[in-house]
Amino acid sequence: MDYLLTEEQIMLRDLCREVAEEKIKPVAAKYDREEKFPWEIVKILAQSDLCGVYIPEEYGGMGGGILELCITAEELSRGCAGIALSFAGTALGTDPILLFGNEDQKKKYLPDIASGKKLAAYGITEPAAGSDVSAMQTTARKEGDYYVLNGTKHFITNGGEAEIYTIVAMTDKSKGTRGASVFIVEKDTPGFTFGKKEEKLGIRASSTRELIFTDCRIPKENLLGREGQGFLIAMRTFDMSRPGIGAQAVGIAQGAFDAALKYATERVQFGKSIASFQGLQFMLADMATQIEAARALVYSAARQIDAGVKDVTMQSSMAKMFASDVAMQVTTDAVQIFGGYGYINEYPVEKFMRDAKITQIYEGTNQIQRSIIALNLIKESKKK
Amino acid sequence: MSIKIFEDKCTGCTLCLNVCPFAAISMKDKKAVIDRDKCTLCGACLDSCKFKGIEIQRSTNKTPHLEDYKGIWVFAEQKRGVVQPVVFELLGKARELADKLKTEVTAVFIGHNITEHAKQLIHRGADKVIVVDSPKLEHFLDEPYTKVLVQLVRKYRPAMFLCGATFMGRSLVSRVAVKLHTGLTADCTGLDVDPKEGFLLQTRPAFGGNIMATILSKNHRPQMATVRHKVFKESEIDKSRKGEIIEEKIAPSLLTSRTKLLDIVEEVTATINIAEANIIVSGGRGMRGPENFALLEELAQVLGGAVGSSRAAVDSGWMPYSHQVGQTGKTVCPKIYIACGISGQIQHLVGMQSSDIIIAINKDASAPIFSVATFGIVGDVFEVVPLLTRKFKEALRR
Amino acid sequence: MNIVVCIKQVPDTTQVKIDPETNTLIREGVQSIINPFDMYAIEEGVRLKERFGGKTTVITMGPPQAENALREAIALGCDDAILVSDRAFAGSDTLATGYTLANAIKRTGEFDIIICGKQASDGDTAQVGPGIATQLDIPQITYVKKIEKIEDKTLVAERMTEEGFEIIQTSLPCLLTVVKEINEPRLPSLKGKMKAKKAEIISWKAIDIDADEGQLGLGGSPTWVSKIFTPPPRPKGEIFDGDPEEAATKIVHLLKDRLN
Repeated sequence: MDYLLTEEQIMLRDLCREVAEEKIKPVAAKYDREEKFPWEIVKILAQSDLCGVYIPEEYGGMGGGILELCITAEELSRGCAGIALSFAGTALGTDPILLFGNEDQKKKYLPDIASGKKLAAYGITEPAAGSDVSAMQTTARKEGDYYVLNGTKHFITNGGEAEIYTIVAMTDKSKGTRGASVFIVEKDTPGFTFGKKEEKLGIRASSTRELIFTDCRIPKENLLGREGQGFLIAMRTFDMSRPGIGAQAVGIAQGAFDAALKYATERVQFGKSIASFQGLQFMLADMATQIEAARALVYSAARQIDAGVKDVTMQSSMAKMFASDVAMQVTTDAVQIFGGYGYINEYPVEKFMRDAKITQIYEGTNQIQRSIIALNLIKESKKK
Repeated sequence: MSIKIFEDKCTGCTLCLNVCPFAAISMKDKKAVIDRDKCTLCGACLDSCKFKGIEIQRSTNKTPHLEDYKGIWVFAEQKRGVVQPVVFELLGKARELADKLKTEVTAVFIGHNITEHAKQLIHRGADKVIVVDSPKLEHFLDEPYTKVLVQLVRKYRPAMFLCGATFMGRSLVSRVAVKLHTGLTADCTGLDVDPKEGFLLQTRPAFGGNIMATILSKNHRPQMATVRHKVFKESEIDKSRKGEIIEEKIAPSLLTSRTKLLDIVEEVTATINIAEANIIVSGGRGMRGPENFALLEELAQVLGGAVGSSRAAVDSGWMPYSHQVGQTGKTVCPKIYIACGISGQIQHLVGMQSSDIIIAINKDASAPIFSVATFGIVGDVFEVVPLLTRKFKEALRR
Repeated sequence: MNIVVCIKQVPDTTQVKIDPETNTLIREGVQSIINPFDMYAIEEGVRLKERFGGKTTVITMGPPQAENALREAIALGCDDAILVSDRAFAGSDTLATGYTLANAIKRTGEFDIIICGKQASDGDTAQVGPGIATQLDIPQITYVKKIEKIEDKTLVAERMTEEGFEIIQTSLPCLLTVVKEINEPRLPSLKGKMKAKKAEIISWKAIDIDADEGQLGLGGSPTWVSKIFTPPPRPKGEIFDGDPEEAATKIVHLLKDRLN
């Protein structure tokens, strides 16, 4: 299969694959078991120049785009999606700065992210505001040269481990979604603390934590874009980040498929390899085809974003939704192919299945994605 | 210097194709042809040709006065006066070879305050012991030890020179051989002599481990070789043996060194030397985690053995490197080697396949480890190992 | 500080399979890699440069395709790469190899530290490193597991032994051979890989290194292969795939006399 990647992109893919094979795979089960944050892998990603693949060269990155980000997320997720999330979660927290940050903000924050010295996180979800962003309770009140933040974010990826947080908060509740704004908050700012760390079904190497703001004063220079642009920033961020979730899902699916194919050719029953039975062959063929379709959709969305196509909301949603559904289906089938061995933790496929589930849920559930796609379809049909 | 095929002698039998480790020979018009880009002139094909159809032209450089070189030397490595066991193994082999050649075995013994220990070398088979005793030689240092050996070889002209393939031995004789401009073969697994020509036939694994090569240094003396510990059997002690102890004085100017020993640190973990163990119970990736090595320790304890490990288990951080068996770890040849949850990659096999008895336990019946196993049990290590422990305990009443 | 790292390209033995019919190695399709022990030498060479400044030059003797190994070393952080390649080197044993590399290193100019892996995985001799040091008449520390310090033209290192380790001081320039314990080699960086792709590899032939022809290749090699043979395979063992209890009982019964 040729994905029409450039020589540099192939170089990137091969390097990420090497990192996944040699550094991530051997420790994936351990991190999954212990739920520890994978700092040793973050260090390796930094040393290999991978933390800044999607950040412009002028800010210390490698100058790639969303496709490079997707290639990285996919390949690392083949090793362990939870560990890969330290990278992908940082990208999500960085996207608002890339999109709406002014020169000073970019100069201040991007180089440390690109070098891997600091991780980032994105804070939008709240206990009462999941899919319904307008129900957000966290507020930012302007006081002279400062904004004062109050409220709680939860389920925040990289929470507690990241140094740089982009936080969506209401500057004017009366305006609903038009009253939201986005702020950069640094770890160790007085009034910014961390709450409960979640114990999860999958992606257990990733930290998912509560962020608590209690009269947390941040300088007004940390406002991203303008006041009231919060919802726009959030949506544009998702447009950019959703192919990355799709890529993560493709990586999980591919990792599970690789294991299943190998097992199917090695496992002998009734005197021959189980891959020689047509029932399994059909499963393998369907799995591989679905993965290819998902990858094509993800790469296509990423390429459109990188080419500067204006409205990419639908493509991004389709990529995220389709790829995550494929990941769930393929990992479930992989467990099935392994039979009883698939259900125990001696083999990695049960972990792939647990990891896959979250891709259908976060950055907008797949139900929300379908709504977005449908709304866009209706909107476009009216234009005609 | 080149390789040549005599077309008139080549019968197109293809025997040489199969032995070439670099796939450099092919057939064209029923004659062997050599791909010069691939050929490394290793010489593997020469012996395979039954018709003397391949020739490698070699230079005729020779050590001057070659025929004056006589006798077999063994470097008697000692630490704090204690002669290392590999020396007794080498003395056993040297004695055997010397008897075939009707020549003498000389042990070279370098250190400080060691003269009183020299006699045991005679009891173990040496005819002569050359002792070099100086405070400057108390601990091993590459440069003075090299200079002493080079001077002694130039004076006495031994035909063969054997040394243990220890950390010290490998560092030392590599330098000595270069200074003497002679051949050195590392890690020989077999040594023999050609009594007519006086050649030392040095056999060792080559080209990746599963091909053996016999190597000669026809035109250079001494013919030098290192041998790993445990490859040969120790010679018996015979206190009635008589021999000569020669004390050599070396000019102090030869004992200078640009390196200096600052300290010696003994590590407990390193002293559990699996190379010494008669029984090794080894675990691999199939042990699943460090905690499960306790099962192997129990079995090892019942058998009075040591615990080894595959590279996979070491790389996963389950066992320290000092326990690693295989190409990048230690070579072992215990009486019994029990491989638990080890698939048997070639790197592991080359480190343990000369064990007398190999027991393999693996749930995958197609694992390569079974191809070298004396006994194989296809089953779950977590079931089989405790079973073996219990049964051995009962049988041995331990 | 000028650091020279010597590496060798070897067949990737993790891929080598044995033909069950002929009991010989199947070499087709086997990739070439940097000798695994040399990866530690490269890493240490790059770390020293990062710590003390200067440059790290990587050098190999081998066929033209060994260039790939050099590019990989650049991707891992080495600055310059030299390929010493000539038909005249064919058939080199460890003596001729040490001589050739020593002459090439002389041509690179001033150097402070030469680093080699403890041995090559295809030959396992561990002789070339000390051979180079002897040819260059510089001191060596073999089996280094840690460099403790470098100051005032001296270096202190921990050298592995059977019982533990020794702490040894040497004057510079010197040669070190390093073991696995010394570091954990990094993976290449993306920038390094891009640099490696474009890097110019310096290529030297026999005439470039001011060598005495008689000491090169086959002619400079005292050791010859006189015969090769395949070791007899181990006699086929007994495999139990039924009741483990039965198997254990039988094996214990057969072995117990050897243990008492």
